[in-house]
Amino acid sequence: MAKNQSEYLIKRNNNEYEVVIGLEVHAQVLSESKLFSSAPTKFGAEPNTQVSLVDAAFPGMLPVINEFCIKQAVKTGIGLNAKINKKSIFDRKNYFYADLPQGYQISQYKNPIVGEGSIVLDLTTGEKIVGIERLHLEQDAGKSIHDMDPQNTLVDLNRSGIALMEIVSKPDLRSLEEVNAYIKKLRSIMRYLGTCDGNMQEGSLRADVNVSVRKKGQKGFGTRCEIKNVNSIKFMQMAIDYEANRQVDVIEEGGTIDQETRLFDIKKNETRSMRSKEDAHDYRYFPDPDLLPLELSDKFINDLKKNIPELPDEKKKRFIEKFKLSPYEANILVSDIETSKYFEEVIEKSDVKLSTNWITGELFALLNEKNLEISQNPISAKNLSKLINLIKDGTISGKIAKSVFEIMADEGKDPQIIVEEKGLKQQSDPKEIEKLIDKVITDNPDKVKEYKSGKDKLFGFFVGQVMKVSGGKANPQLVNEILKKKLL
Amino acid sequence: MPDIIDLTLVELVDKIRKKKISSKEVTAAYVDRSQKSKKLNTYVTEDFEIALKKADNFDKNPNYEKKLPGIPIAVKDLFCTKNLRTTAGSKILGNFIPTYESTVTENLWNAGSILLGKLNCDEFAMGSSNETSFFGNVQNPVGENLVPGGSSGGSASALAAKLTPTTIGTDTGGSIRQPASFTGTVGLKPTYGSCSRYGIVAFASSLDQAGPMTRDVKDCSLLLEVMSSYDRKDSTSVDFKRGNYLKELNNSIKGKKIGIPKEYRVEGMPKEIEDLWQKGINIIKEAGAEIVNISLPNTKYALPAYYIVAPAEASSNLARYDGVKYGFRSKGENLIDMYEKTRSEGFGNEVKRRIMIGTYVLSSGYYDAYYLKAQKVRKLIKNDFDEVYKKVDAILTPSTPSSAFKIGEKTNDPVSMYLNDIFTVPINLAGLPAISIPAGIDSKGYPLGLQIIGKAFEEQNILNIAYSIEKEINFKNKINDWWM
Repeated sequence: MAKNQSEYLIKRNNNEYEVVIGLEVHAQVLSESKLFSSAPTKFGAEPNTQVSLVDAAFPGMLPVINEFCIKQAVKTGIGLNAKINKKSIFDRKNYFYADLPQGYQISQYKNPIVGEGSIVLDLTTGEKIVGIERLHLEQDAGKSIHDMDPQNTLVDLNRSGIALMEIVSKPDLRSLEEVNAYIKKLRSIMRYLGTCDGNMQEGSLRADVNVSVRKKGQKGFGTRCEIKNVNSIKFMQMAIDYEANRQVDVIEEGGTIDQETRLFDIKKNETRSMRSKEDAHDYRYFPDPDLLPLELSDKFINDLKKNIPELPDEKKKRFIEKFKLSPYEANILVSDIETSKYFEEVIEKSDVKLSTNWITGELFALLNEKNLEISQNPISAKNLSKLINLIKDGTISGKIAKSVFEIMADEGKDPQIIVEEKGLKQQSDPKEIEKLIDKVITDNPDKVKEYKSGKDKLFGFFVGQVMKVSGGKANPQLVNEILKKKLL
Repeated sequence: MPDIIDLTLVELVDKIRKKKISSKEVTAAYVDRSQKSKKLNTYVTEDFEIALKKADNFDKNPNYEKKLPGIPIAVKDLFCTKNLRTTAGSKILGNFIPTYESTVTENLWNAGSILLGKLNCDEFAMGSSNETSFFGNVQNPVGENLVPGGSSGGSASALAAKLTPTTIGTDTGGSIRQPASFTGTVGLKPTYGSCSRYGIVAFASSLDQAGPMTRDVKDCSLLLEVMSSYDRKDSTSVDFKRGNYLKELNNSIKGKKIGIPKEYRVEGMPKEIEDLWQKGINIIKEAGAEIVNISLPNTKYALPAYYIVAPAEASSNLARYDGVKYGFRSKGENLIDMYEKTRSEGFGNEVKRRIMIGTYVLSSGYYDAYYLKAQKVRKLIKNDFDEVYKKVDAILTPSTPSSAFKIGEKTNDPVSMYLNDIFTVPINLAGLPAISIPAGIDSKGYPLGLQIIGKAFEEQNILNIAYSIEKEINFKNKINDWWM
C-alpha cells in the first residue's frame, strides 16, 4: 500500500519542522444504560435525573459490569483490526473532584480490553495506515456547572458512569489533513458498527491531542505536549497548528519544550499550560477490588466477529470491484454508513453510473446547500431511483430531470407524478419532432442559407430553437438526428 | 419456662412457631432490656417503637414458614438500612439515612425478622476495640471497662448482654471473630463471596465479609443460612450451592483430619491460650478426628500484608466521603478547603491514619514496593492454605493472642492493637471461612475463643467441628449484669 505523506512542515529561518501528532479519542459507547449501573444515558435530560445510587457513589453501592458495553468495545476493537484481550482489568484512577462522586474513576490501566490495531486513512495522496495503541473502557465523570449560580458550583451527574472508549492512536499522524481523515474514519467505523454515534456536538466524541515537533529528517521524537479535551475537528486542527508553531518558536529561540498538559482556548485561538509534568496527578491506580478481572471466552469474541457488518474499507473495495466506481467515488459513498445505504438502495433498481453521478452531484449539492445530513435527506432512495429510471428510459431529459429533482426536494413527491402533472414527458415521436423542425426551418430561411454556405456553428442554434418550441421536451438525440438530415 | 432473653435463636424460633410466645413478647423483652442497658453504649440508633409495631403486625398475620419468624434483631451499623440512619460509627455519616437496604439485612427481613436498631462499631470498621467509634466506646458485658473487641464490638456486646437474640457483623481482618472471642460468643466469617457486600459500607472490598454472631453454633448455622445468598448486585458474590447449614449440622468429626499450624504458636502468647488450644486438640482427638501438625510458613507476613492491602483499598473506598453529596460537610473557602475541613473534622484519627497509609502505599514509586508486594504475599498465604488443605480438612487455632483488654489500654499503641488480629487476618487474606467459638476463660475470668478454619465454601464442615467442640466444652458465659 502506498504510504504517501501529505507534507505539513513548519519553516523557521532555514529549518523545516515536522509535526508529530497522536490522538486519544474518548468515544461514548452507544448504550441504553451506563457502564456499571442500569441508569439511562439519554442526552439532554433534566440534570440529575439519570443517576442511580451507584453513579452517585452512595455508601455500600457496587459496580456491576454492563455486558452490552463490553460487547460494544470488543466490536469496536474488531473494527479497528485490533487484538482483543481475553483478560482485562478494571482499575481505579483516584482523584478528588466535585463531579467525580466515587473519588475515583473506574478505568483500565495496564490491561485494556483491546490492544494494538490499525486504521486506513483515505487521503488525497492515497492511503495511509495509522496504528492504534489500545482501546480501553472507562466511566465518564459528571459535569460541574460554574456559571448558573453566583455563589455555588452546581453538579449534574447525568453523565457520571456513562461508558467511554478511550482509543489511543500511535504517534503516526503528520498533518492536519491526516487528523481530519483519522477522526472521520474512526467515527465512520464506529457508526457502521453502531458502537458510538460520533456526535461531536453532544460530546459523544472528544479528543486529547498529543503534539510534538522535530526537525525534518530527525529520527527520535521531540517532547510532546498534551492538549486536553478538544471537541471538534476544526478546534483540533487550530489547536495543533497553534501548538506546533509555539513549539517551533520555543526551539528556534534556543529553548526546550517542557512535557505538560495544555488547554486550548477557543476564543483566543491559543493553547495554555494547565499543569506541568511535576504537577501531574498521582492517580494511585490499582485494580478495582469490587470487580473481578474481565475474562472473555473465544465463543464470546467469535460470536461478535460473526456479526460484524461490512465496514467502510471492505465496502469501498466491493464498490470499486462490483460497480466499477473510481476510488474517489467509492470513498465518498462509503464514508458515511447512511450514504452507503442510500446508494445501495438507489442502485438496486437503477443504473449505477447515473446513480453515482446524481448522488455525488445533485444530491450532495442539495444537502450541502440546505445544510442537511444524509439522514435528513428530503428525497427518498426510492424516488431518486425512479427519477434515474425516467432519465435512463428516455422519458425525460437530463435537463428536465434537474427541474423535477428540484420539485422533489421541495415537495418530496414521486418524480413520475411530477412528470405527469406538469406534462414534462419527453417528445420522442419522430413525426412530431419533424413537424417542429420544419417549422423552425421555415421561420429562419436566412439562417438556413448561412448554415448551408458553411457556417456549421449554426447547428446549435437550430437545436436550441427546436427545443424552445417544444418547451424543452423534445428528445435532444432525435432532434439532432432529424435536424442533420433536414439540413443536408 | 426460662426467660425469653435466655433462649437461643433456634429455641425462640421453635417457641414462636409453636405459638408458646408471640413476636411482640420477644421484641418487648429485648427492647426492655436494651433500654436498661444504655451504659454499655451498644446502640447508635434505636428503632424500638417501629420494631414493636412490626412484631404486632407479625402476630396479627403470622407466617411461621419463615426461617426467622418475628425475631427481633439488632445489626451492626455498617449495614445500610432503608429509612434508618446508618453511620458506620463515623461523624461523616452521622446524619446519613439510606434510601436502600443491604442485601444481607434484606435477607433477614425477608426471613421474617424485625430490626431492633443499629449497633455501635469502630469507625468504618477500623479497629479492634470499638474505641474508634465517633459514638463512643462500648463496654464489654463480661467486665466493667473492658473492650468488647472490634470492629463489631457493639454487636458482640449486645449479643453477650442479651440485648438481641442474635446479630450480624462484618469481618475484614477479624472484626467478627475477635469480638466473639472477647465476649464469649460465636462468630463466623464466611468464605469471601458467600454473603453479598451490596449495601454494606465498604472498608476493604477484597476482604470485607458479613457473617453471623450468635450464642451457639446451631444459631450460627441458621443465621448463616439466611444471610448467605448469591447476589448479582455484588460482582464478587459467588454462585455456589449453599447448604441447609442447620439441618445438616452434626457432630460426627470422626476420621476428619485437623491441622495444627506451628506458626500460630507466637512468641509471648499467654500460657492460658496455649492450654486452651491444647484442650481443643484433645477434644477433637477424643471425638475421633486425626490431628496433623502442619506449617503455614508465610503466616508471619500476613499482618504486614494486611496493613498494606486493607488501608490501600480503604483510602480509595473512603474518597467518596467528601461533603459533596451526602453526610457531614464543613464550610470552606473553596472546593479544596471544603474537602480538607470536611474530612479533617469528619474522620477520626484511626481512619485518617489508615487513609494516609493507604494513600502512601499506592503512590507512584511506592506501589511496587508495598501494594504489589503485599498482593504477592497474599498469594503466598493463600498457597500455604491450598497446600495444607491437600492433607487436612480444617485447621484449629486460638482466635486471639489474648483475652479482652481494658478500655484505653492500647489506644496509643496502634501496632499492639493491630497484633490482636494476628490469628484472624491470614484467613481474610486467603478468603476462607472461619468460626470462633468460646472455649474457656483465662485467670481473670475473661472468655477465650478457638478458631476453626475451613476450606473455601465448606462452612458446613467447620460448623460441624465447632458443634462437636462446643458440646464437649459446654461453655457458659458468666455475665452478672453489672451495668444494670
